[in-house]
Amino acid sequence: MTALTALPVLVPFIAGPLLVAGGYFAPRWFNDSIGALAAIAVAALCALLAAHAAPHPFAYWMGGWTPQHGFSIGISLSIDVLGAGLAAFCAVLVTAALVYSLRYFEAIEGLYHGLMLLFMAGMVGFCLSGDLFNIIVFFEVMSAAAFALTAYRVEERAPIQGAINFAITNSIAGYGMFIAVALLYARTGALNMAQIGVALSGHHTDPLVIVAMTLLFAGFLTKAAVVPLHFWLADAHAVAPVPVCVLFSGVMVDLGVYAVARLYWVVFAGPLGPHASAVRAIFVAVGVVTALTGATMCFLQRHIKRLLAFSTISHIGMFVCGMALLSGKALAGVAVYMVGHGLTKGALFMCAGILLHRFANIDEYDLHGRGRAVPVAGVIMAVGALLLAACPPFTTFMGKSLLDEASSAAPHYAWLIAVFIVISAVTGGSVLRVTCRVFLGWGSKEGPAHAIQQARAAEEETSETGGGRDHTPLVMVIVPAVMLLAVLVLGLVPGAVPGVERYAAQFVDHGLYSAWVLHGARVALPVVAPSHISLSDYAYGALSTVGALGVAAAGLFGYRLRGLRRSWPAQRLQAAVWVLRELHSGHIGDYIAWWSAGVSLIGGICLIALR
Amino acid sequence: MSFLPYAVGAWLFVIGLWGVVSSRNLVRTVLSLTVVQSATYLLLLGVGYRAKGVAPIVADIPTTSNLVDPVVQVLVLTDIVIEATVTALLLALVVQAHKRFGSVDPDDLRPLRD
Repeated sequence: MTALTALPVLVPFIAGPLLVAGGYFAPRWFNDSIGALAAIAVAALCALLAAHAAPHPFAYWMGGWTPQHGFSIGISLSIDVLGAGLAAFCAVLVTAALVYSLRYFEAIEGLYHGLMLLFMAGMVGFCLSGDLFNIIVFFEVMSAAAFALTAYRVEERAPIQGAINFAITNSIAGYGMFIAVALLYARTGALNMAQIGVALSGHHTDPLVIVAMTLLFAGFLTKAAVVPLHFWLADAHAVAPVPVCVLFSGVMVDLGVYAVARLYWVVFAGPLGPHASAVRAIFVAVGVVTALTGATMCFLQRHIKRLLAFSTISHIGMFVCGMALLSGKALAGVAVYMVGHGLTKGALFMCAGILLHRFANIDEYDLHGRGRAVPVAGVIMAVGALLLAACPPFTTFMGKSLLDEASSAAPHYAWLIAVFIVISAVTGGSVLRVTCRVFLGWGSKEGPAHAIQQARAAEEETSETGGGRDHTPLVMVIVPAVMLLAVLVLGLVPGAVPGVERYAAQFVDHGLYSAWVLHGARVALPVVAPSHISLSDYAYGALSTVGALGVAAAGLFGYRLRGLRRSWPAQRLQAAVWVLRELHSGHIGDYIAWWSAGVSLIGGICLIALR
Repeated sequence: MSFLPYAVGAWLFVIGLWGVVSSRNLVRTVLSLTVVQSATYLLLLGVGYRAKGVAPIVADIPTTSNLVDPVVQVLVLTDIVIEATVTALLLALVVQAHKRFGSVDPDDLRPLRD
């Protein structure tokens, strides 16, 4: 089995370029089947790896360069259940996106399938790699494929701009990470994460380590779209083809949070151990700002893909808060929530794809009532909205309950529960508002005047699928329905959530990782008392669901309360919202200015607080 | 060990970022991006430098020779490959932008304004 460890990376790396090179001449059914088969094979291989790592995580050393007496100069794939599980999840979403693409695109070349496989190769390698430099190389592979996929409809205006913003922001983030690797290599002489972690543990923090840490985390959090490094995300999501958005929102952004968690516990937990409370405060602050900004922007959108994109930013803020609690239970909550969120968000993007395919439009107000023609998409979207609002007792709710319990267990952070409820209510409510307006024809037909620009951008989305049609292919409904069914079921599988808790406890053990990577130790799975969902967790879940209904109602019928809109606090609020909108200018120079300012600020705070 | 490569590396990183922020032409933006990346080459090579070290080609020199670190040179090669890919992709997009918008000024490319 260990000999097959590299296969999930190799298969798409071989199949992808072949499809790019030869797919132009091959018939479409050939490209479709090779793409889907490769994705299914990778999903199965990653699941096998996860199963193999379940009793004892293991490292695979390229070319047999195993560590000598716990000292490594080789390159490893370090396989544990959470890493391999995330890789399998990537491959499952790629499979779903490729199956959805079968009927979504009227005509599509092998280039698309090839790029999707390369994108998957980058993501899977990223999850499995134990070598810091390789993680960054896989980050760049995944990014380059993602830039090209964003700009797939290169004959149009919006995709060009979205892809340029995406490519420049993420490239700068990547270069910052190269600097960080150089600094860490200079300090420790190692590139393997476990080896760097061993070399750093027992030392105090110093400016070099802090600068390296800031640049590394900033790079991964740019991919995760944390405020103020997030501006590229909405632009890229608004213009990328729908199946690509499924992957961006469903799993690519999660990988950023995964990498930060991995690096914190493997590399930096040693020197930062005495500063855990400061680390927690910094990450929670970043997470809360991201979550609330994302939720506000989400509520304000009328371009449905942009709305879903901002909802993703909001949930990423929640994941960062969860990681910031620095406990195994919170990390288990994040892992469970990531799966629930990825599948739900993917299904919601597919619903947006159904609308785009049918009506060649993605604007909430233009589509007022027109969704009645595809009621089944409305049902899927409504269920997705409720799952996004963490409606009990399904997977997203299970994840959120773990986060709630971890917050109340951490001193001073019980208030995060309120933030989580607000995020769930606002993002779920915004999607529910769209559902009611589009599929039921509720609420006003006339959109707010300030969002005309967005409406025009939404109108440009015509040629992605080739214009309006009078029917929706069955497969485009089945795929999102199956994904939502998985969200409904997965969290309720007996033993699933307690299992994730135990693997998360293994993940957050700093010493354990170097034991199994560098010494080949067969480490046993930690024993963790499984959490019980308490009555208060159900109460929070019910609160966020009811909150979502309220937010949806306010979005649909709030326009009737004209008197309230003219009141002083409402006017101030509108001014603040105007500023927030203006910041999302679409200008790459502005975005990089914010990026630089954000990284400098957080780096400065770290330099002062973590000494 | 000289301080100079680190200072120049930091300077290139910052001036490249300023180039991206201030650029009124997307070609200049992309070139500024390569300036940012040059900082990473310099820093990596600076890290691997050893006083009086020779090139790490170990075929025909005595095994006791003082070599500069070959690992960082490999990292720089990988880095260059990535840069070539991203720069080519971005320049292709800029050409498309010029075709569709008739301009390469980021101020004129604003269909995504929120």
